[in-house]
Amino acid sequence: MGKQPAAIIGIGQTHHRAKRLDVSMAGLCREAIDRALLDANLTLDDIDAIVVGKAPDLFEGVMMPELFLAEALGAAGKPLLRVHTAGSVGGSTAIVASSLVQAGVHKRVLTVAYEKQSESNAMWALSVPLPFNMPVHAGAGGYFAPHVRSYIRRSGAPNHIGAIVAAKDRNNALKNPYAHLHNEGTTVESVMASQMLWDPIRYDETCPSSDGACALVIVDEDTAKSSPNPAWIHGTVMRSEATTAAERDQVNPQAGRDAAAALWKQAGITNPIEEIDAAEIYVPFSWFEPMWLENLGFAAEGDGWKLTEAGETAMTGKIPVNCSGGVLSSNPIGASGMLRFGEAALQVRGAAGEHQVDGVRRALGHAYGGGSQFFAMWVVGSEKPTN
Amino acid sequence: MRDVAVVGFAQRQMPQFDGSPTCVELLVPVFKELYEQTGWTRRDVGFWCSGSSDYLAGRSFSFVQAVDAIGVIPPVNESHVEMDLAWAMYEAWIKIQTGEVDTALVYAFGKSSAGVLRRTLALQLEPYTMTPLWPDTVSLAGLQARAGIDAGIWDERAMAEVANRSLTDAEKNEYAIRKGGSSVDELLARTMYADPLRKHDCAPVTDGVAALVLAAGDKAREVRERPAWLTGISHYVDPMGMGVRDLTRSPSAQRAGAALDLGGVEVAELHAPFSHQELILRKELGLGDDVAINPSGGALASNPMFSAGGIRVGEAATRIWSGEADKTLAHATSGPALQQNLVCTLSGSTEGKNN
Amino acid sequence: MSRTLQAPVTVAFDYTRSTGPVVGRFLSGLRDGVVVGGRTSAGEVVVPPLEFDPVTHEATTEFVEVSSVGTVTSWTWVPEPVKGQPFDRPFAFALVTLDGADVPLLHALDVSSPAEVSSGMRVRVRWAAERFGHINDIACFEPLAPGETEAAAPVAASSEPVTGVVTTVSLDYNYAASPEESLFYRGLNEGRIMGQRCPTCEKVYVPPRSACPADGTPTEEEVELSQTGTITTFCIVNVPFLGQKITPPYVSAYVLLDGADIAVLHLILGVPADEVRMGMRVKAVWKPKDEWAYSLENIDHFAPTGDPDAEFDTYKQHL
Repeated sequence: MGKQPAAIIGIGQTHHRAKRLDVSMAGLCREAIDRALLDANLTLDDIDAIVVGKAPDLFEGVMMPELFLAEALGAAGKPLLRVHTAGSVGGSTAIVASSLVQAGVHKRVLTVAYEKQSESNAMWALSVPLPFNMPVHAGAGGYFAPHVRSYIRRSGAPNHIGAIVAAKDRNNALKNPYAHLHNEGTTVESVMASQMLWDPIRYDETCPSSDGACALVIVDEDTAKSSPNPAWIHGTVMRSEATTAAERDQVNPQAGRDAAAALWKQAGITNPIEEIDAAEIYVPFSWFEPMWLENLGFAAEGDGWKLTEAGETAMTGKIPVNCSGGVLSSNPIGASGMLRFGEAALQVRGAAGEHQVDGVRRALGHAYGGGSQFFAMWVVGSEKPTN
Repeated sequence: MRDVAVVGFAQRQMPQFDGSPTCVELLVPVFKELYEQTGWTRRDVGFWCSGSSDYLAGRSFSFVQAVDAIGVIPPVNESHVEMDLAWAMYEAWIKIQTGEVDTALVYAFGKSSAGVLRRTLALQLEPYTMTPLWPDTVSLAGLQARAGIDAGIWDERAMAEVANRSLTDAEKNEYAIRKGGSSVDELLARTMYADPLRKHDCAPVTDGVAALVLAAGDKAREVRERPAWLTGISHYVDPMGMGVRDLTRSPSAQRAGAALDLGGVEVAELHAPFSHQELILRKELGLGDDVAINPSGGALASNPMFSAGGIRVGEAATRIWSGEADKTLAHATSGPALQQNLVCTLSGSTEGKNN
Repeated sequence: MSRTLQAPVTVAFDYTRSTGPVVGRFLSGLRDGVVVGGRTSAGEVVVPPLEFDPVTHEATTEFVEVSSVGTVTSWTWVPEPVKGQPFDRPFAFALVTLDGADVPLLHALDVSSPAEVSSGMRVRVRWAAERFGHINDIACFEPLAPGETEAAAPVAASSEPVTGVVTTVSLDYNYAASPEESLFYRGLNEGRIMGQRCPTCEKVYVPPRSACPADGTPTEEEVELSQTGTITTFCIVNVPFLGQKITPPYVSAYVLLDGADIAVLHLILGVPADEVRMGMRVKAVWKPKDEWAYSLENIDHFAPTGDPDAEFDTYKQHL
C-alpha cells in the first residue's frame, strides 16, 4: 500500500505582533486553530489527532508545553505528538501531520505551531552561556552574516540584491493583514540606508521577533471532497546534516540540495522554475532568497541573484517568492516554517486574498533551521496528484 | 498496513554520566552495536528520528549535535520529537507506513543527573499557577499514590510487592542501576520518604541512551529469524490538571490498550516510574495475573529520561526474538502522573494485526 | 585527572507571561483576596478556571467566587524541598477542594509532620502579606481548627485586571564537556590548540569531536595546531547587544588554522574592521598567562601577521 492522498482544507494564523500581550499561550494557539477549523468547516470534535510544533522550550520556559496545552488545544482523549527540529520545525511538523494521513492511520489531523517570543528573549534563549564555551561575540544574525559574505564573494552578486529582497517582501506584507511588519514606503534605497548591523547585513534585511501561531487541517481524500478548494500534497521531504563539518558548504548546503532533488522527483517536477507558480521560502535575512533559489534549483549556482535583480521573484515575476511578506515580515520562530507551508497552500487554493498570485497550480513551502542544516519542504497543488 | 518489526535494540544506562549532555559519546557505541545486530551500515537506514529534551540538557537545540553520531555526509532523512523514544518510534513507524522508507533507526538520550530532575520536571506543568510552586515529580506521584490508597484501590503492601518483584528481576538485567529484591515485609519496614512513597517506590535518577531499529516486511526477515512484529500501536493524552483528573485512573492508557488486541499477551513491559503507577496500568490495560510484568526490572530499576519508554519496547522485542514469548506488550508514559501513554503489541507472527 | 571537565552553570530567566482573560481573572481574584473558579458547560466549578471548556472547547466566561476554606482530598509529604517551593523546610503538598468548588486546587499545606495531615481535613487559605496577582498570593493552606472560619484577606489594592505574571525560572546544572572537548580546553589552559584527526576521513577537527560529523567515527589522533591561520569569511559587528564585551565595530571571523580542516570562530583585532579581508593571514594573540582558564577565551583575539593574503582557491572549500 502506497501513500494515501492528503490535502490541506483549513489554514489559520494569528495576527503576528512583537508582543501578543492580550493572549495566553493557549489563547494564541486557539486563535490560529479556530480559524483553521472554520476554514475547514470542522470542529475540534471532528479531529482525530493533533501535532504540535515549536522551537526551543527555553523560549517560553515550559518543558514540553503541549502537555499543559493538551486540553485547551482539544487534544485530551486524542493522540498528541510534539515535533522539534530547530527553525525548520514548522515545516517538519506539517510533514509529520501529513504523514499521519498519508500512512492511512488518521483521516483528519490538526497541526499547530507557535512561538511566544515575548515571554523571554530569543538571543538569551538561543545562546545560554555555558562553562568553557566562548560567548558568541556576534549576537543574532552574526552567525549567518559571514556565510552571506561568502555567497557574495562566490557569486559576484552586486551588494544591493539583499535590499531588493527586503523591499519586495516588506511591500508584499502590506497585502497580508496577518503580517507583523507593515512598513509603508520601504524601498531599495531606504533598506540600503538602514543601519549596517552585521556587515554585510543591514537592519531592514533582518527578520523581526514575533508572537504568533499557524494551524493547518490536513485530511484524507474522502474528507477533502467536502472542500471547494483543497490543497493537495504532491511531495514532502526532510533532510539533515551537521552544524559544522570539515569543508561543509554553508552557502549551498548539500542537505538542501538533496532535499530539493528528492522533492521535485516526488512531485514529478523536472523544471522547477517553469512548473512551480509560487514559492514561500524561509528567508530570515534577505540574502537567503538568492542563496535558496540556487539551493532549490530555481537557478544555477551563482545565478540566484539574477532572478531577484530581474524582478522575477516579485508577485508579477516568473517565480513569485514570499508574496505573504515572508519571514522578513513575521517571525514567530516555531510557526515560521508552518506559515511558509500554509501560505503555499493558500496560493494553490486561490485563497491568499490580496497577495494571491493568479492561477497558481503548484506551490513550494520551504523551511530550514539550525546552522542551515535542517530542511523541510513540500509541494502542494490545486489538482490531486496523479502518481 | 505494512508489516513492520522491531529488529534492533541497544542501550546504555548509568546513575551518573560524566560526559557531555549531548550524549554523542554514548550514541556512537550504541549505533555500532545496532549495525552489528542488523548487518547494516548507516546508509541502510531510511529514516532517523530522535527524542530528547532541551530542559534536561539545560540548553536550546541540545539535539542538534546528536546527528554527528550518525555521520551525516551524505545528509539523512531525519526528524526529532521533544518526547520519549517510544514516540520517536511512532513517527518512524508512520514514515514506514507511508511507503516512503522501509527502515528506520530511532534513538533517544538524556543526562537526567545534570540538574535536579524532580525539580526540572516541574517545568512540564501549567506555567501560570502550577510551576511557580515547583511541585516536584515525586510530590505529584505522592498525591496520586495517596488518592488510590484513600480510595482503597491499592495499598502500601501492593506497592511494595511491585518494588520487590522489580528489584528482584533487575538482578538479571545488566543495565539496571538499582537491583536486589528482599521481601515485601522488609521493604515495608523501610523509612517512609515522601509519605506515602518510600524511596524504592520511586524510579532512580538515571542517565542513558537507547535506540531501536525498525524494518518492514522482508527487510525485517533478513535481519532476524524471528522479528518482533509491531502488531498494534496506539497512544493518547489526558488533560494535565491534577484537579480535573481522577488520579487513580489513566484514561489515555486505557484507551490506548482498548484500541489493540491484548489477548494472549504473555509479557508486558510497563513504563511505571512509581510503583503504584504499575498497579494503575495493569488495571487500565486489563492485564491478568498470568502476564509477566517487567521482567527487565522496569523503570523502578532504571529510568533514563526520554529513553525509558522506548527501552520497554526493546525489552519486549527481545523476548520475541529469543522465542521466549509469542506476544508481548510495551508501554511508555510521559508527563506528570501518567498523563500521556503509548501502548504497542509485539508478536512473533504478523497474524492478528490491529493496524 | 578527571576524565572530563565539569563546572556548575545556572540557567535563569524571568519569564513575562501574558495570562489571557481567564487565568488573568483568577490571578486578579487572588490579588483581591478571593478565589475565583470557572464554571464548565457541565456545571462544575473548577479552580483555577480552565481557559477552554473540556466539552464545548469554548473560552470560559462564567466565573464563580468560592470559599477560601476547603477539604484536603489528597496530600503528600515533601521531606526534602527543592528551590522555589513555598517552604524551605519539610511540608505537605495538598489537593484541596474549596467550598463551592467541584475539583481540587494544588498548593502547599503548612504542617510540621505527616502526622498532622490527613485526607478529609479542613483547611483554609493563608493569604500572603503582599499580593500581586500571582499563585503565591496564597502563601499556603493551613489547618482549620474546629470553630474557625475563613481568613479574611486585606482589601484589594487595585481594581485593574491582572494581564501578566512574571515567573522566575532558575535551574542549576552541572555542565560537563565531552572527553574530546576536555582535551581541547585543557590544551588551551597550557597555551596549545589541540585538535584530533578522524581515523576514517582523516580530517583534522578543532575542537575534536566525540563523532566526526561526516562519518560518525570519534576523532582520535591528537594534532597540535598552528597558531596561525587564514580568515575564510567574517562579518563586521556594528550592533550593540545584551552581554557584549567589546565596543563595536569589530570583526567576528572564521579562522582556518594551518593544519586544520575546519575553521574556528573568533575575534579579529589589531586592524581597523574595514580593512579585514577574506584570505587575510592572522595569528593567535593570547591573554596574559595568569588569566588563562579552560577556555578559547585564553586567546584574546587573532591579529594580522602582515603576510600576503591566501589565494581564494586555497580556502574556498571551507565557505
